Amino acid sequence: MSVTGEMTASGSESFAAQFRARREALPGGELAWLGRLREGAIASFAERGLPTPRSEAWKYTNLRALEKLPFAPATPEASAISVDRVPSLLPAESRHPRLVFVNGFLRADLSRVEGLPAGVAFGGLAQSLGERPELVESALSESVEDTEDGDAPLLALNAALMEDGAVLRVGAGIALEEPLELVFLGAAQASPLAYHPRLLVRLEENSQATLLESHTSLGEEATVANQVTAIDLRQGARLHHVKLQDENDRAFHLASLRASLARDATYEGFGLTLGAGLSRNEAGIRLEGSGGHCRLGGGYLLRGAQHCDNTTVIEHLAPHTSCREVFKGALDGRSRGVFQGKIVVHKDAQQTDGHQLSKALLLSEGAEIDAKPELEIYADDVKCSHGATAGEIDHDALFYLRSRGVPEARARGLLIEAFLAEAVEESVAEPLRAPLLARISEWLAAETGADGD
Amino acid sequence: MLEIKNLHATVDGQAILRGIDLSVKAGEVHAIMGPNGSGKSTLSYVLTGREGYEVTDGEVLYNGQDLLEMEPEERAAEGVFLAFQYPIEIPGVANTTFLKEALNAVRKHRGEPELDAMEFMKLVRAKTKELGIAGDMLKRAVNVGFSGGEKKRNEVLQMAVLNPTLAVLDETDSGLDIDALKTVADGVNALRAPERAMLVITHYQRLLNYIVPDRVHVLAKGKILRSGGKELALELEEKGYGEFTQAA
Repeated sequence: MSVTGEMTASGSESFAAQFRARREALPGGELAWLGRLREGAIASFAERGLPTPRSEAWKYTNLRALEKLPFAPATPEASAISVDRVPSLLPAESRHPRLVFVNGFLRADLSRVEGLPAGVAFGGLAQSLGERPELVESALSESVEDTEDGDAPLLALNAALMEDGAVLRVGAGIALEEPLELVFLGAAQASPLAYHPRLLVRLEENSQATLLESHTSLGEEATVANQVTAIDLRQGARLHHVKLQDENDRAFHLASLRASLARDATYEGFGLTLGAGLSRNEAGIRLEGSGGHCRLGGGYLLRGAQHCDNTTVIEHLAPHTSCREVFKGALDGRSRGVFQGKIVVHKDAQQTDGHQLSKALLLSEGAEIDAKPELEIYADDVKCSHGATAGEIDHDALFYLRSRGVPEARARGLLIEAFLAEAVEESVAEPLRAPLLARISEWLAAETGADGD
Repeated sequence: MLEIKNLHATVDGQAILRGIDLSVKAGEVHAIMGPNGSGKSTLSYVLTGREGYEVTDGEVLYNGQDLLEMEPEERAAEGVFLAFQYPIEIPGVANTTFLKEALNAVRKHRGEPELDAMEFMKLVRAKTKELGIAGDMLKRAVNVGFSGGEKKRNEVLQMAVLNPTLAVLDETDSGLDIDALKTVADGVNALRAPERAMLVITHYQRLLNYIVPDRVHVLAKGKILRSGGKELALELEEKGYGEFTQAA
């Protein structure tokens, strides 16, 4: 019997057991620093277990269902399945660089990285650990130590069990025109699988890049993705980061992002959540140098019993930093949305400009949104605002459309689309804006059967 | 075309319409005048099926069909159009998208082929030109940031594009200066046709100088208290509604 076949324990215990069983197979096993890091991380995880609603950061999201799920760790062998078509937001004929992962493992046969200018590294993490571990050592060590908050157990778990992921390094002064794409395919065959991808992104001084990330399921079996992304933007660097998550209804999607911005750096992130039974996008952004700017946006369309949690902490640590945060979602069925947004303005961060907004459309009586905007301000010369609204579709607008002949389902679709399009248009540039808007239309067409019939 | 018989309606449990009888034939323009709170807007919303307006008695036949049984979109598709007193703003939906959705929904219902983007733009450009409407109004979100005059012109544009059989104009003159009023009235007059009927609801006689009605009805306390020719409007302008608000 294979080792994975015995993995029937669940939740926290299962993860610890998986670590013991797979330790020898984990990449970078010959690296002493990595071995110490993994041992420390699994000990830290074992002590705390999976996060629970007892922790403030997890107040509205319960991983109990994950505790009950009998899953095995994904392996490269189980990920060598045939993939007919790689889903992408970009046109099929586009030759942009992309890395494709199946169950968190890089599939070189589906990826392409040719044509990148000198000074740009874009490749798999396992490969980096094998060939040039010095390139990722500091990034891995730093982001693992950064675990002071509520998501620490998941970060530690990722550090212990990460097997692959992506490394992007853009050299000083290089502005990449084409988006770089990361395609994650969850493909559990007979039983649920868990994987822990790690993404390391570093943009050197005055460089620019657009990173597109998509997460899709092949098949209906459950997957657990516990992804950690570390982004390091040096002075004047600019990253546009767009993510689409459309995994199946049984999937758990847990993503933790840490970004630090040096002077005059800009991070513009946007995530569209359509899928997964339970998803959490947790972002911690640190504006460490003056002139740093962060724009964080999100959209979500939920139905059935889906649960989507967007939790963000933006820390202003230097003067003249700014952030703008807009999350919008529409919730149907018994779905539940969570928005926890905290903006912290530290003592020295004078002249900070921070704005935050959460807006939710409740499409059914059973749907629920929990929004918790928070401002923590320790400087005295700042401009900050926040707001949260939740409501039904505007009845007047609905009647207006219907009174012009537009059938009710289609009228609702138009209003929801307009509501979400605003968030996309504000945060996402072409060539990614139009395909994201198209995905929203598709979701609504499927939801409302809006053919006018 | 339109037969309203003993129509009673309530809003929030309060009786607003208390037995309206009205008959409008194809080709006719009827004016409904009355003081504030007489039920004029309620009548327009009952005819178009707005939520919250409950019919408690009576019936409305439109081309022989039971109008009150139909959903709002069905009424529109069958040719009923309401020019709103306060047109609704719809952020994020471009005016062209709105018009195209509406027109194609109505055409589909009528068994006519839907228009593609090119055909649609050709039609709308022609209509905007006829009505003297600036092209940029089409690109903007529906009524968002429109002036009072622009909103009313936009209502007339929708009416021209959708080509209704029965048009109900609810206080189309309110909030308009005299130039805007003339433009809007010209637009409405251009739509007068033997196969089309109009119900012009207004508080003031002023609009009726430009849209001359065939019949004038006085609506007060939820009933039509008097009907007459166009000269009745002038009489009301002179005497006011005092006689009707005092009478039982």
